[in-house]
Amino acid sequence: MNAFEYVRATDHRSAIDAATRPAAPARFLAGGTNLIDLMREGVEQPRRLVDIGRLPLTAVEERSGGGIRIGAMVRNSHLASHPLVREQFRLLSEAILNGASAQLRNMATTGGNLMQRTRCYYFYDTATHCNKREPGSGCDAIGGFNRIHAILGASSQCIATHPSDMCVALAALDATVNIDGPTGARAVPFAEFHRLPGDTPDVETNLARGELITSVDLPGSSAGLRSAYRKVRDRASYAFALVSVAAAVRIADGRIRDMRLALGGVAHKPWRAVVAERTLVGAVPTRDAFARAADAELEPAVAQAHNAFKIPLARRTIVAVLSELAGIDGGAE
Amino acid sequence: MSDELAHISLRVNASTYNLTIDPRVSLLDALRDHLSLAGTKKGCNQGACGACTVLVDGERINSCLTLAIQYEDREIQTIEGLAQDGVLHPMQDAFITHDGFQCGYCTPGQICSAVAMLAEWKAGARSAVTKPGSPLQLSDDELRERMSGNLCRCGAYVGIRAAIRDAFAEMSR
Repeated sequence: MNAFEYVRATDHRSAIDAATRPAAPARFLAGGTNLIDLMREGVEQPRRLVDIGRLPLTAVEERSGGGIRIGAMVRNSHLASHPLVREQFRLLSEAILNGASAQLRNMATTGGNLMQRTRCYYFYDTATHCNKREPGSGCDAIGGFNRIHAILGASSQCIATHPSDMCVALAALDATVNIDGPTGARAVPFAEFHRLPGDTPDVETNLARGELITSVDLPGSSAGLRSAYRKVRDRASYAFALVSVAAAVRIADGRIRDMRLALGGVAHKPWRAVVAERTLVGAVPTRDAFARAADAELEPAVAQAHNAFKIPLARRTIVAVLSELAGIDGGAE
Repeated sequence: MSDELAHISLRVNASTYNLTIDPRVSLLDALRDHLSLAGTKKGCNQGACGACTVLVDGERINSCLTLAIQYEDREIQTIEGLAQDGVLHPMQDAFITHDGFQCGYCTPGQICSAVAMLAEWKAGARSAVTKPGSPLQLSDDELRERMSGNLCRCGAYVGIRAAIRDAFAEMSR
Protein backbone atom coordinates (compact mmCIF):
# COMPACT_ATOMS: atom_id res chain seq x y z
CA MET A 1 0.00 0.00 0.00
CA ASN A 2 1.35 3.44 -0.89
CA ALA A 3 1.71 6.08 1.82
CA PHE A 4 -1.11 8.58 2.10
CA GLU A 5 -2.24 11.49 4.19
CA TYR A 6 -5.24 10.63 6.35
CA VAL A 7 -7.88 13.30 6.91
CA ARG A 8 -10.97 12.66 9.01
CA ALA A 9 -13.88 14.81 7.89
CA THR A 10 -16.47 16.03 10.38
CA ASP A 11 -18.99 17.49 7.94
CA HIS A 12 -19.52 16.99 4.25
CA ARG A 13 -18.38 20.47 3.20
CA SER A 14 -14.98 19.97 4.83
CA ALA A 15 -14.79 16.52 3.20
CA ILE A 16 -15.35 18.07 -0.21
CA ASP A 17 -12.75 20.77 0.51
CA ALA A 18 -10.21 18.17 1.60
CA ALA A 19 -10.77 16.11 -1.55
CA THR A 20 -10.60 19.16 -3.82
CA ARG A 21 -7.45 20.74 -2.41
CA PRO A 22 -4.33 20.23 -4.53
CA ALA A 23 -1.98 17.30 -3.85
CA ALA A 24 -4.66 14.86 -5.03
CA PRO A 25 -5.36 12.13 -6.13
CA ALA A 26 -7.61 11.96 -3.13
CA ARG A 27 -10.24 9.36 -2.36
CA PHE A 28 -13.16 9.39 0.01
CA LEU A 29 -12.98 6.50 2.45
CA ALA A 30 -16.36 5.24 3.68
CA GLY A 31 -16.69 1.58 4.73
CA GLY A 32 -13.42 0.75 3.01
CA THR A 33 -14.51 -2.76 2.01
CA ASN A 34 -13.44 -2.25 -1.60
CA LEU A 35 -11.01 0.67 -1.44
CA ILE A 36 -8.70 -0.78 1.24
CA ASP A 37 -8.48 -4.01 -0.73
CA LEU A 38 -7.68 -2.16 -3.97
CA MET A 39 -5.05 -0.05 -2.20
CA ARG A 40 -3.43 -3.16 -0.78
CA GLU A 41 -3.24 -4.60 -4.31
CA GLY A 42 -1.74 -1.36 -5.63
CA VAL A 43 -4.69 -0.81 -7.97
CA GLU A 44 -5.74 2.36 -6.13
CA GLN A 45 -2.96 4.67 -5.02
CA PRO A 46 -4.50 7.77 -3.44
CA ARG A 47 -2.15 10.29 -1.88
CA ARG A 48 -4.84 11.51 0.46
CA LEU A 49 -7.66 9.58 2.11
CA VAL A 50 -10.59 11.64 3.29
CA ASP A 51 -12.38 9.52 5.88
CA ILE A 52 -16.09 10.28 5.61
CA GLY A 53 -17.08 7.40 7.90
CA ARG A 54 -18.26 9.72 10.65
CA LEU A 55 -20.28 12.16 8.56
CA PRO A 56 -23.80 12.49 9.97
CA LEU A 57 -25.45 11.22 6.78
CA THR A 58 -26.90 8.18 8.51
CA ALA A 59 -30.67 8.69 8.40
CA VAL A 60 -33.40 7.02 6.36
CA GLU A 61 -36.15 9.62 6.17
CA GLU A 62 -39.70 9.50 4.90
CA ARG A 63 -40.47 12.20 2.36
CA SER A 64 -43.73 13.71 1.23
CA GLY A 65 -45.36 11.65 -1.49
CA GLY A 66 -44.30 8.34 0.02
CA GLY A 67 -40.66 8.41 -1.04
CA ILE A 68 -37.60 8.06 1.17
CA ARG A 69 -34.18 9.71 1.42
CA ILE A 70 -31.28 7.43 2.33
CA GLY A 71 -28.20 9.09 3.80
CA ALA A 72 -24.97 8.23 1.99
CA MET A 73 -23.45 6.79 5.16
CA VAL A 74 -26.33 4.47 6.01
CA ARG A 75 -24.75 1.07 6.19
CA ASN A 76 -26.08 -1.72 3.98
CA SER A 77 -27.24 -3.91 6.87
CA HIS A 78 -29.14 -1.05 8.49
CA LEU A 79 -30.74 -0.08 5.20
CA ALA A 80 -31.87 -3.64 4.47
CA SER A 81 -33.55 -3.97 7.86
CA HIS A 82 -35.03 -0.47 8.07
CA PRO A 83 -38.83 -0.76 8.49
CA LEU A 84 -39.58 1.76 5.70
CA VAL A 85 -37.39 -0.15 3.27
CA ARG A 86 -38.66 -3.57 4.30
CA GLU A 87 -42.27 -2.52 3.99
CA GLN A 88 -42.31 -0.12 1.04
CA PHE A 89 -39.18 -0.93 -0.97
CA ARG A 90 -38.65 -4.60 -0.35
CA LEU A 91 -36.79 -5.02 -3.63
CA LEU A 92 -33.98 -2.91 -2.20
CA SER A 93 -33.88 -4.87 1.05
CA GLU A 94 -33.78 -8.17 -0.82
CA ALA A 95 -31.05 -7.07 -3.21
CA ILE A 96 -28.85 -5.87 -0.36
CA LEU A 97 -29.28 -9.11 1.59
CA ASN A 98 -28.22 -11.05 -1.51
CA GLY A 99 -24.89 -9.22 -1.63
CA ALA A 100 -21.62 -9.93 0.19
CA SER A 101 -21.60 -11.26 3.77
CA ALA A 102 -23.11 -10.01 7.02
CA GLN A 103 -19.73 -8.59 8.08
CA LEU A 104 -19.31 -6.64 4.84
CA ARG A 105 -22.89 -5.36 4.90
CA ASN A 106 -22.21 -3.98 8.40
CA MET A 107 -19.28 -1.98 7.02
CA ALA A 108 -20.38 -1.00 3.51
CA THR A 109 -22.32 2.23 3.01
CA THR A 110 -24.97 3.39 0.57
CA GLY A 111 -22.66 5.83 -1.19
CA GLY A 112 -19.79 3.37 -1.16
CA ASN A 113 -21.92 0.69 -2.75
CA LEU A 114 -22.50 3.00 -5.72
CA MET A 115 -18.76 3.67 -5.94
CA GLN A 116 -17.52 0.08 -5.74
CA ARG A 117 -15.38 -1.04 -8.63
CA THR A 118 -15.52 -4.06 -10.89
CA ARG A 119 -14.43 -7.51 -9.78
CA CYS A 120 -12.79 -8.23 -13.15
CA TYR A 121 -9.72 -10.30 -12.21
CA TYR A 122 -7.57 -8.46 -14.72
CA PHE A 123 -8.43 -5.13 -13.12
CA TYR A 124 -7.16 -6.53 -9.80
CA ASP A 125 -4.00 -8.10 -11.22
CA THR A 126 -1.40 -5.39 -11.80
CA ALA A 127 0.72 -7.82 -13.86
CA THR A 128 -1.91 -7.73 -16.64
CA HIS A 129 -3.17 -5.11 -19.08
CA CYS A 130 -6.30 -3.20 -18.12
CA ASN A 131 -7.63 0.00 -19.67
CA LYS A 132 -9.62 0.71 -16.54
CA ARG A 133 -6.59 0.50 -14.26
CA GLU A 134 -4.12 1.95 -16.73
CA PRO A 135 -5.78 3.75 -19.66
CA GLY A 136 -4.36 2.78 -23.03
CA SER A 137 -2.63 -0.38 -21.81
CA GLY A 138 -5.13 -2.79 -23.39
CA CYS A 139 -7.63 -5.32 -22.07
CA ASP A 140 -6.48 -8.82 -21.22
CA ALA A 141 -10.03 -9.90 -20.43
CA ILE A 142 -10.87 -9.67 -24.12
CA GLY A 143 -9.47 -12.91 -25.46
CA GLY A 144 -8.63 -14.00 -21.92
CA PHE A 145 -10.70 -15.78 -19.31
CA ASN A 146 -13.98 -13.88 -19.41
CA ARG A 147 -16.69 -16.03 -17.93
CA ILE A 148 -17.91 -13.29 -15.56
CA HIS A 149 -17.80 -10.46 -18.06
CA ALA A 150 -20.33 -8.21 -19.80
CA ILE A 151 -22.77 -9.15 -22.55
CA LEU A 152 -24.43 -5.74 -22.92
CA GLY A 153 -22.95 -2.29 -23.50
CA ALA A 154 -19.31 -3.39 -23.52
CA SER A 155 -16.65 -1.75 -25.71
CA SER A 156 -13.46 -2.79 -27.43
CA GLN A 157 -11.67 -1.20 -24.46
CA CYS A 158 -13.41 -2.92 -21.56
CA ILE A 159 -15.83 -5.78 -20.87
CA ALA A 160 -15.99 -5.45 -17.08
CA THR A 161 -19.24 -5.63 -15.12
CA HIS A 162 -20.55 -3.62 -12.18
CA PRO A 163 -20.63 -5.94 -9.16
CA SER A 164 -23.41 -4.42 -7.03
CA ASP A 165 -26.71 -6.05 -6.13
CA MET A 166 -28.06 -3.00 -4.33
CA CYS A 167 -27.55 -0.81 -7.39
CA VAL A 168 -29.65 -3.12 -9.57
CA ALA A 169 -32.59 -2.53 -7.25
CA LEU A 170 -31.91 1.23 -7.16
CA ALA A 171 -31.94 1.27 -10.96
CA ALA A 172 -35.30 -0.49 -11.07
CA LEU A 173 -36.75 1.80 -8.39
CA ASP A 174 -35.94 5.04 -10.27
CA ALA A 175 -33.56 6.32 -7.60
CA THR A 176 -31.98 9.76 -7.69
CA VAL A 177 -28.44 10.35 -6.47
CA ASN A 178 -27.92 13.59 -4.53
CA ILE A 179 -24.44 15.01 -4.85
CA ASP A 180 -22.62 17.96 -3.36
CA GLY A 181 -19.35 19.32 -4.64
CA PRO A 182 -16.99 22.23 -5.12
CA THR A 183 -19.44 23.95 -7.48
CA GLY A 184 -22.62 23.19 -5.57
CA ALA A 185 -25.25 20.53 -5.11
CA ARG A 186 -27.06 18.61 -7.85
CA ALA A 187 -29.29 15.58 -8.30
CA VAL A 188 -28.57 12.87 -10.90
CA PRO A 189 -31.09 10.25 -12.06
CA PHE A 190 -29.72 6.81 -11.22
CA ALA A 191 -29.54 5.74 -14.87
CA GLU A 192 -27.16 8.64 -15.54
CA PHE A 193 -24.91 8.08 -12.54
CA HIS A 194 -22.84 5.15 -13.82
CA ARG A 195 -21.29 5.09 -17.29
CA LEU A 196 -20.73 2.53 -20.00
CA PRO A 197 -17.03 1.93 -20.69
CA GLY A 198 -16.74 3.38 -24.22
CA ASP A 199 -13.21 4.68 -24.75
CA THR A 200 -12.79 5.74 -21.11
CA PRO A 201 -13.45 2.69 -18.91
CA ASP A 202 -11.42 4.34 -16.15
CA VAL A 203 -14.23 6.88 -15.76
CA GLU A 204 -17.01 4.89 -14.14
CA THR A 205 -19.41 7.53 -12.88
CA ASN A 206 -20.43 11.06 -13.82
CA LEU A 207 -19.11 12.42 -10.53
CA ALA A 208 -16.72 15.34 -10.99
CA ARG A 209 -13.56 15.76 -8.94
CA GLY A 210 -14.32 16.48 -5.31
CA GLU A 211 -18.01 15.62 -5.64
CA LEU A 212 -19.52 13.55 -2.86
CA ILE A 213 -22.72 11.49 -2.76
CA THR A 214 -24.76 12.85 0.15
CA SER A 215 -27.95 10.78 -0.19
CA VAL A 216 -30.07 8.61 -2.48
CA ASP A 217 -33.78 9.26 -2.98
CA LEU A 218 -36.46 6.74 -3.86
CA PRO A 219 -39.69 8.20 -5.24
CA GLY A 220 -43.14 7.48 -3.87
CA SER A 221 -44.09 6.09 -7.29
CA SER A 222 -41.74 3.16 -6.57
CA ALA A 223 -43.21 2.39 -3.15
CA GLY A 224 -45.31 -0.67 -2.49
CA LEU A 225 -44.83 -2.32 -5.89
CA ARG A 226 -44.92 -6.09 -6.12
CA SER A 227 -41.27 -6.97 -6.60
CA ALA A 228 -38.61 -9.65 -6.65
CA TYR A 229 -34.83 -9.89 -6.83
CA ARG A 230 -33.26 -13.07 -8.14
CA LYS A 231 -29.52 -13.60 -8.19
CA VAL A 232 -27.85 -16.46 -10.06
CA ARG A 233 -24.33 -17.22 -8.91
CA ASP A 234 -21.76 -19.98 -8.63
CA ARG A 235 -22.53 -20.75 -4.99
CA ALA A 236 -25.60 -20.17 -2.86
CA SER A 237 -24.23 -17.31 -0.79
CA TYR A 238 -21.43 -14.77 -0.68
CA ALA A 239 -20.63 -14.69 -4.40
CA PHE A 240 -21.04 -12.05 -7.07
CA ALA A 241 -23.88 -12.36 -9.56
CA LEU A 242 -23.43 -14.07 -12.90
CA VAL A 243 -26.83 -12.63 -13.73
CA SER A 244 -29.33 -10.94 -11.46
CA VAL A 245 -32.81 -9.61 -12.13
CA ALA A 246 -34.64 -6.90 -10.17
CA ALA A 247 -38.27 -6.47 -11.12
CA ALA A 248 -41.25 -4.54 -9.82
CA VAL A 249 -44.69 -4.57 -11.41
CA ARG A 250 -48.20 -3.28 -11.04
CA ILE A 251 -50.86 -5.31 -12.81
CA ALA A 252 -54.48 -4.14 -12.95
CA ASP A 253 -57.46 -5.36 -14.95
CA GLY A 254 -55.36 -8.10 -16.49
CA ARG A 255 -52.77 -5.76 -17.94
CA ILE A 256 -49.33 -4.58 -16.91
CA ARG A 257 -49.64 -0.96 -15.77
CA ASP A 258 -46.15 -0.40 -14.44
CA MET A 259 -43.04 -2.44 -15.15
CA ARG A 260 -39.53 -1.93 -13.74
CA LEU A 261 -36.82 -4.30 -14.82
CA ALA A 262 -33.07 -4.09 -14.22
CA LEU A 263 -30.25 -6.58 -14.71
CA GLY A 264 -27.02 -7.09 -12.79
CA GLY A 265 -23.85 -8.96 -13.77
CA VAL A 266 -24.31 -8.23 -17.46
CA ALA A 267 -22.89 -4.75 -18.05
CA HIS A 268 -20.49 -2.05 -16.91
CA LYS A 269 -23.41 -0.44 -15.07
CA PRO A 270 -26.65 -1.65 -13.50
CA TRP A 271 -28.67 -2.32 -16.66
CA ARG A 272 -32.16 -0.86 -16.75
CA ALA A 273 -34.04 -2.99 -19.29
CA VAL A 274 -35.97 -0.16 -20.92
CA VAL A 275 -36.60 -2.05 -24.17
CA ALA A 276 -38.25 -4.93 -22.33
CA GLU A 277 -40.24 -2.53 -20.16
CA ARG A 278 -41.57 -0.69 -23.22
CA THR A 279 -42.82 -3.87 -24.83
CA LEU A 280 -44.57 -4.95 -21.63
CA VAL A 281 -46.40 -1.86 -20.40
CA GLY A 282 -50.05 -2.26 -21.42
CA ALA A 283 -49.56 -5.91 -22.38
CA VAL A 284 -51.33 -8.94 -20.97
CA PRO A 285 -48.85 -10.72 -18.69
CA THR A 286 -48.00 -14.10 -20.21
CA ARG A 287 -44.83 -16.17 -20.36
CA ASP A 288 -44.69 -15.55 -24.10
CA ALA A 289 -44.90 -11.81 -23.63
CA PHE A 290 -42.11 -11.97 -21.03
CA ALA A 291 -39.96 -14.11 -23.34
CA ARG A 292 -40.46 -11.70 -26.24
CA ALA A 293 -39.57 -8.77 -24.00
CA ALA A 294 -36.43 -10.54 -22.78
CA ASP A 295 -35.44 -11.36 -26.36
CA ALA A 296 -35.91 -7.73 -27.40
CA GLU A 297 -33.75 -6.55 -24.49
CA LEU A 298 -31.03 -9.10 -25.18
CA GLU A 299 -31.05 -8.69 -28.94
CA PRO A 300 -27.89 -6.52 -28.89
CA ALA A 301 -26.10 -8.87 -26.47
CA VAL A 302 -22.59 -9.93 -27.49
CA ALA A 303 -20.86 -12.90 -25.90
CA GLN A 304 -17.15 -13.34 -25.23
CA ALA A 305 -15.43 -16.73 -25.47
CA HIS A 306 -16.57 -17.97 -22.06
CA ASN A 307 -19.74 -16.13 -21.17
CA ALA A 308 -22.20 -17.02 -23.93
CA PHE A 309 -24.22 -18.86 -21.27
CA LYS A 310 -25.17 -15.51 -19.75
CA ILE A 311 -27.50 -14.65 -22.64
CA PRO A 312 -29.92 -17.58 -22.20
CA LEU A 313 -29.39 -17.36 -18.43
CA ALA A 314 -30.51 -13.71 -18.42
CA ARG A 315 -33.46 -14.56 -20.68
CA ARG A 316 -34.65 -17.41 -18.48
CA THR A 317 -34.15 -15.50 -15.26
CA ILE A 318 -36.18 -12.56 -16.58
CA VAL A 319 -39.02 -14.87 -17.66
CA ALA A 320 -38.96 -16.78 -14.37
CA VAL A 321 -39.00 -13.65 -12.19
CA LEU A 322 -41.72 -11.88 -14.18
CA SER A 323 -43.84 -15.04 -14.32
CA GLU A 324 -43.57 -15.43 -10.59
CA LEU A 325 -44.54 -11.78 -10.02
CA ALA A 326 -47.51 -12.12 -12.38
CA GLY A 327 -48.64 -15.26 -10.59
CA ILE A 328 -48.09 -17.43 -13.67
CA ASP A 329 -46.86 -20.98 -13.10
CA GLY A 330 -43.12 -20.47 -12.96
CA GLY A 331 -41.95 -23.95 -14.02
CA ALA A 332 -38.68 -24.23 -15.91
CA GLU A 333 -38.75 -23.94 -19.68
CA MET B 1 2.44 14.36 5.79
CA SER B 2 2.32 10.98 4.06
CA ASP B 3 5.07 9.26 5.98
CA GLU B 4 4.05 10.58 9.37
CA LEU B 5 2.90 8.27 12.10
CA ALA B 6 -0.50 8.78 13.66
CA HIS B 7 -1.26 8.84 17.36
CA ILE B 8 -4.50 7.02 17.93
CA SER B 9 -6.46 5.58 20.78
CA LEU B 10 -8.23 2.23 20.41
CA ARG B 11 -10.85 0.81 22.76
CA VAL B 12 -10.44 -2.96 22.79
CA ASN B 13 -12.17 -5.33 25.21
CA ALA B 14 -13.01 -2.40 27.47
CA SER B 15 -9.40 -1.20 27.72
CA THR B 16 -7.95 1.91 26.10
CA TYR B 17 -4.70 1.63 24.17
CA ASN B 18 -2.70 4.57 22.88
CA LEU B 19 -0.76 3.70 19.77
CA THR B 20 1.63 5.39 17.41
CA ILE B 21 1.11 3.73 14.07
CA ASP B 22 1.40 4.15 10.34
CA PRO B 23 -2.08 5.10 9.03
CA ARG B 24 -1.83 2.13 6.65
CA VAL B 25 -2.02 -0.39 9.50
CA SER B 26 -5.23 -2.40 9.34
CA LEU B 27 -7.32 -2.96 12.44
CA LEU B 28 -6.36 -6.64 12.17
CA ASP B 29 -2.63 -5.89 12.18
CA ALA B 30 -3.03 -3.35 14.97
CA LEU B 31 -4.72 -5.98 17.14
CA ARG B 32 -2.22 -8.72 16.39
CA ASP B 33 1.08 -6.93 15.96
CA HIS B 34 0.70 -3.82 18.10
CA LEU B 35 -1.56 -5.02 20.92
CA SER B 36 -0.44 -8.68 20.93
CA LEU B 37 -4.07 -9.80 20.73
CA ALA B 38 -3.30 -12.66 18.37
CA GLY B 39 -6.63 -14.45 18.83
CA THR B 40 -8.02 -12.63 15.81
CA LYS B 41 -6.65 -14.44 12.77
CA LYS B 42 -5.41 -13.38 9.34
CA GLY B 43 -6.70 -15.74 6.67
CA CYS B 44 -7.18 -14.20 3.24
CA ASN B 45 -6.60 -10.55 4.24
CA GLN B 46 -9.17 -9.52 1.62
CA GLY B 47 -12.54 -9.94 3.28
CA ALA B 48 -13.33 -13.34 1.83
CA CYS B 49 -12.80 -15.76 4.74
CA GLY B 50 -13.98 -14.07 7.94
CA ALA B 51 -11.11 -15.32 10.14
CA CYS B 52 -10.49 -11.69 11.14
CA THR B 53 -14.06 -11.06 12.34
CA VAL B 54 -14.31 -8.80 15.38
CA LEU B 55 -17.20 -6.88 16.93
CA VAL B 56 -17.46 -3.10 16.78
CA ASP B 57 -20.19 -1.63 18.97
CA GLY B 58 -21.61 -5.17 18.99
CA GLU B 59 -21.67 -5.60 15.20
CA ARG B 60 -19.43 -8.00 13.29
CA ILE B 61 -16.96 -6.66 10.75
CA ASN B 62 -13.88 -7.87 8.86
CA SER B 63 -10.94 -6.26 10.64
CA CYS B 64 -8.67 -6.89 7.64
CA LEU B 65 -10.58 -4.47 5.38
CA THR B 66 -10.36 -1.53 7.74
CA LEU B 67 -7.67 0.84 8.83
CA ALA B 68 -7.18 0.91 12.59
CA ILE B 69 -7.41 4.69 12.48
CA GLN B 70 -10.98 4.48 11.16
CA TYR B 71 -12.11 2.75 14.34
CA GLU B 72 -10.52 5.09 16.84
CA ASP B 73 -12.60 5.35 20.03
CA ARG B 74 -15.14 2.75 18.91
CA GLU B 75 -15.86 -0.22 21.21
CA ILE B 76 -13.99 -3.16 19.69
CA GLN B 77 -14.43 -6.67 21.06
CA THR B 78 -12.21 -9.59 20.08
CA ILE B 79 -12.24 -13.27 20.96
CA GLU B 80 -10.05 -12.42 23.98
CA GLY B 81 -12.85 -10.25 25.36
CA LEU B 82 -15.71 -12.75 25.23
CA ALA B 83 -14.95 -14.69 28.43
CA GLN B 84 -16.00 -12.88 31.60
CA ASP B 85 -14.11 -13.38 34.86
CA GLY B 86 -12.50 -16.55 33.57
CA VAL B 87 -15.81 -18.07 32.48
CA LEU B 88 -16.11 -18.86 28.79
CA HIS B 89 -18.87 -17.25 26.75
CA PRO B 90 -21.71 -19.73 26.06
CA MET B 91 -20.73 -19.69 22.38
CA GLN B 92 -17.16 -20.72 23.23
CA ASP B 93 -18.46 -23.52 25.45
CA ALA B 94 -20.80 -24.72 22.73
CA PHE B 95 -18.01 -24.83 20.13
CA ILE B 96 -16.01 -27.07 22.46
CA THR B 97 -18.98 -29.29 23.25
CA HIS B 98 -19.90 -29.78 19.58
CA ASP B 99 -16.42 -29.95 18.06
CA GLY B 100 -17.14 -26.83 16.06
CA PHE B 101 -13.62 -26.86 14.66
CA GLN B 102 -10.76 -29.07 13.59
CA CYS B 103 -7.58 -27.03 13.15
CA GLY B 104 -9.12 -24.07 14.98
CA TYR B 105 -7.75 -21.29 12.80
CA CYS B 106 -11.14 -19.94 11.71
CA THR B 107 -12.67 -20.48 15.16
CA PRO B 108 -12.18 -17.04 16.77
CA GLY B 109 -13.79 -15.47 13.70
CA GLN B 110 -16.59 -18.04 13.67
CA ILE B 111 -17.34 -17.46 17.34
CA CYS B 112 -17.30 -13.64 17.14
CA SER B 113 -19.44 -13.82 14.01
CA ALA B 114 -21.91 -16.20 15.63
CA VAL B 115 -22.26 -14.02 18.74
CA ALA B 116 -23.17 -11.00 16.58
CA MET B 117 -25.36 -13.12 14.32
CA LEU B 118 -27.53 -14.15 17.26
CA ALA B 119 -27.86 -10.50 18.27
CA GLU B 120 -29.05 -9.72 14.72
CA TRP B 121 -31.41 -12.66 14.96
CA LYS B 122 -32.88 -11.45 18.24
CA ALA B 123 -33.35 -7.99 16.73
CA GLY B 124 -35.50 -9.59 14.02
CA ALA B 125 -33.10 -9.13 11.11
CA ARG B 126 -34.10 -11.15 8.06
CA SER B 127 -31.73 -12.80 5.61
CA ALA B 128 -31.68 -13.55 1.89
CA VAL B 129 -33.27 -16.95 2.55
CA THR B 130 -35.99 -15.81 4.95
CA LYS B 131 -39.38 -16.39 3.33
CA PRO B 132 -41.48 -13.21 3.31
CA GLY B 133 -44.12 -13.20 5.98
CA SER B 134 -42.98 -16.39 7.67
CA PRO B 135 -41.72 -16.53 11.26
CA LEU B 136 -37.97 -16.74 11.78
CA GLN B 137 -36.70 -20.32 12.17
CA LEU B 138 -33.06 -21.02 13.01
CA SER B 139 -32.89 -23.61 10.23
CA ASP B 140 -29.77 -25.00 8.56
CA ASP B 141 -30.50 -22.76 5.56
CA GLU B 142 -30.67 -19.68 7.75
CA LEU B 143 -27.48 -20.58 9.58
CA ARG B 144 -25.62 -21.30 6.35
CA GLU B 145 -26.71 -17.99 4.86
CA ARG B 146 -26.10 -15.90 7.97
CA MET B 147 -22.67 -17.46 8.59
CA SER B 148 -21.57 -17.47 4.93
CA GLY B 149 -18.97 -14.79 5.66
CA ASN B 150 -16.95 -17.31 7.69
CA LEU B 151 -15.22 -20.11 5.85
CA CYS B 152 -13.92 -23.29 7.50
CA ARG B 153 -11.49 -25.16 5.29
CA CYS B 154 -11.61 -28.20 7.60
CA GLY B 155 -15.33 -28.35 6.89
CA ALA B 156 -16.50 -28.38 10.51
CA TYR B 157 -19.78 -26.77 9.50
CA VAL B 158 -22.02 -29.44 11.01
CA GLY B 159 -20.43 -28.92 14.41
CA ILE B 160 -20.45 -25.15 13.99
CA ARG B 161 -24.18 -25.10 13.29
CA ALA B 162 -24.88 -27.42 16.22
CA ALA B 163 -22.80 -25.21 18.50
CA ILE B 164 -24.60 -22.05 17.45
CA ARG B 165 -28.00 -23.65 17.99
CA ASP B 166 -26.98 -24.91 21.39
CA ALA B 167 -25.56 -21.54 22.42
CA PHE B 168 -28.72 -19.85 21.20
CA ALA B 169 -30.82 -22.13 23.41
CA GLU B 170 -28.48 -21.54 26.35
CA MET B 171 -28.46 -17.76 25.90
CA SER B 172 -32.25 -17.64 25.46
CA ARG B 173 -32.82 -19.36 28.76
